[in-house]
Formats: sequence, C-alpha cells, structure tokens
Amino acid sequence: MGKIKVHRTNPSLDMTPMVDLGFLLVTFFMLTATAVPDEPVTVNTPASQSIVKIPETNILLITISNDGRVFFSMDGKYHRQELIKKVGERYGVQFTDDQASRFAVMSSFGMDIRNLPQFLDMAPDKRKEVNQPGIPVDSLNNQLKDWVIFARTTNSQLRIAIKGDGNASYPVVEKVMNTLVDNRINRFNLITNSEAPAGEAEAK
Amino acid sequence: MAEVPQGGGGGGGKDGKVRVKKSSTKIDMTPMVDLAFLLLTFFILTTTLNKPQTMELTMPEKEKEGDKPPEVNEKKVVTLILGPEEKIYWYQGITDPKVELTNFSKDGIRKLLLTKDKEIPGMIILIKPGKESKYKNLVDILDEMTISNMKRFALVKITSTDEELVKESNL
Repeated sequence: MGKIKVHRTNPSLDMTPMVDLGFLLVTFFMLTATAVPDEPVTVNTPASQSIVKIPETNILLITISNDGRVFFSMDGKYHRQELIKKVGERYGVQFTDDQASRFAVMSSFGMDIRNLPQFLDMAPDKRKEVNQPGIPVDSLNNQLKDWVIFARTTNSQLRIAIKGDGNASYPVVEKVMNTLVDNRINRFNLITNSEAPAGEAEAK
Repeated sequence: MAEVPQGGGGGGGKDGKVRVKKSSTKIDMTPMVDLAFLLLTFFILTTTLNKPQTMELTMPEKEKEGDKPPEVNEKKVVTLILGPEEKIYWYQGITDPKVELTNFSKDGIRKLLLTKDKEIPGMIILIKPGKESKYKNLVDILDEMTISNMKRFALVKITSTDEELVKESNL
C-alpha cells in the first residue's frame, strides 16, 4: 500500500490586500474626521423629532448654557478676523493682528468684549480654566446684537442657530430671540438632539 | 533605471571570493500593520456620524409703530401657558377663560391639541412660555406642534393677565 500523502499548504497567507484595505480606511477616517471644538460649556440639547440636519458651513451659533450664559461662535476663519476688528472698532477696543488670528481659530466665547484682548493673550490651556461670564444681552448693554449684526455684514450667507441647554430658563432664551427679531432675523434654527421617532408613529 | 557601477566596492579582489552578506529584502511589517489597525479602530470609534438636528423657527416680523395686530375670532384662540415643572396651563377664548392644566405626556397636550383641532376649525394656538419655564419646554411644545401637524401657532410673550390667571386657577 502506498502511503497517502497529505497535501500540505503553507500556513502563512498573503495579507497584502487586507493591509491595503486597512490603510485605505485609516486614510478615509483620518481625512473625514473633524476635531470636536472644545466648547467652554457642555450643553445638553433637548430632544426633538425634527429630522432636518444642520448645514455644516456658514453657521452662526449662539450657545445658551444651563445657567443662562450666552456664548457666540461663527465659522470661517477669515470672516472671524474681519468680525473681531469691526466689533472692536464699534466698542473702541483695539485688537492686534496676533489677537485677531487667535480669535479666528478659537471656539465659542462668552464675555464682555472689553475683556476679550486680555483673554486672547492667555495661553490656550489657561483659557480653558477661565470661567466665562457670557456675552451681555441686557437691553442696556446688548453686545450680542452687535456681534450678530457685524457677523451678518461680514458673511451674508450666515444662518443663525441657537443651541440651548434643555434646562436654560426661558427668559434668557427669550432675550436672545428678541435680539434676533429686533434685528430682522425672523428665521433661525434651534439645535436639538434626535429622538427615537416612536412617538411620531403613534401620533399618526 | 540607471545603474550605478559598483565595481571595486568592498575591497575584495576578483579571485578571492568575498561573501557579501545579503540581508533579506523582506522586512517585518507586523508592527506597522498593528499601528495602522490601531489607528483605524481609534478613528472608527471616535467619528460621530450623527449630525445635530435642527428645528426651523420663523418668528413674526417685529411690529412697527402704528401697525395693528391682526384681528382674530377669539373663540378660535387656544392659549397654552408653559409653567414650571413641565406644566401646561391652557384656556380657550380670551374673555373670562377657564384655565385648565395638562402636561407634556402623550395623553396630555397631544390629545388636547388633536381634539381641539377637530372641534375648532382654523384653530390658532398661542404659546406663552412663562418666566419659570425652561428652554426644553419650548422645544417640546414646538415639537408637539409638528407632531400633531398644527399649522397656525405663534410664540407670544406672556402678559401679566396670563400670570394672574395661572395664579388664580391654583392648579
């Protein structure tokens, strides 16, 4: 009887295609990933069943924290540089080019414009520790109004979005909305979380 | 490709064989691949795919001086006052209204809106968030408007009369 030869295959296999795919995916995810800007406050947006997605560019974001502080942010680096100069001029606050370029890459902020130069001179990690008091929105000193007006003049395609914390009290939200309506901005977006559309199905 | 002549390198003569130690051209790529997959896992896990949702809100134009507010039949008006602790006070009509209480649950406001919508053709809803209401309540009530498909509603500032009504109702 002849011995049956067991055909042995080489146990090592070519992993090149897998590695190729792996790198492709790494590249894809690295390029699509957007760094989450570190916000000065954490905001828990209320849930809604709205399914409209917010556009990614040309957004003016007004954040309202749960203790009623108001923060402002706008996208577009060059628009921001222009904006801070304009608003600075309005309030008689001088910003150096260095400060303006720092402002351009910052996330939202919430303070009186007079404190802004000092804040911009701080190191980025020091800035995080600052407890920002919020932008004044009182009727006597409504700086948010000027930020919004000048933001609209620098970038006319801006869409205004309000990102409020669910526990923010309504009078503050009302002040912000009145500021917008007073400046003929009648259309704005409220940013919400998505909610499971179970309730919607029941309602229909 | 141009080849660089390498004669005489290594110093050995032609007759005496000098063994050039040939190292394998294959290098172990395992660490690199490990790192690549580590990065891949990291990026997959950290990317957020859900963009935030948004609710479009259109406010009425600011009243100019001399503008008359639009006149409506008061019987068609249902007023919702958002109170503290998720309470909704509501009343129908304007003269001598009877204030009642409801809440944000499915059997509360949604049922109310749907039944009232059937009772009153062309119903107008006035939403008046009170001083103690939260932003969440506003979003919730606007959401309810979309869910129950209400077309005519307006966000109105609360008046002192409304506050008194709520106080008197003791609900």
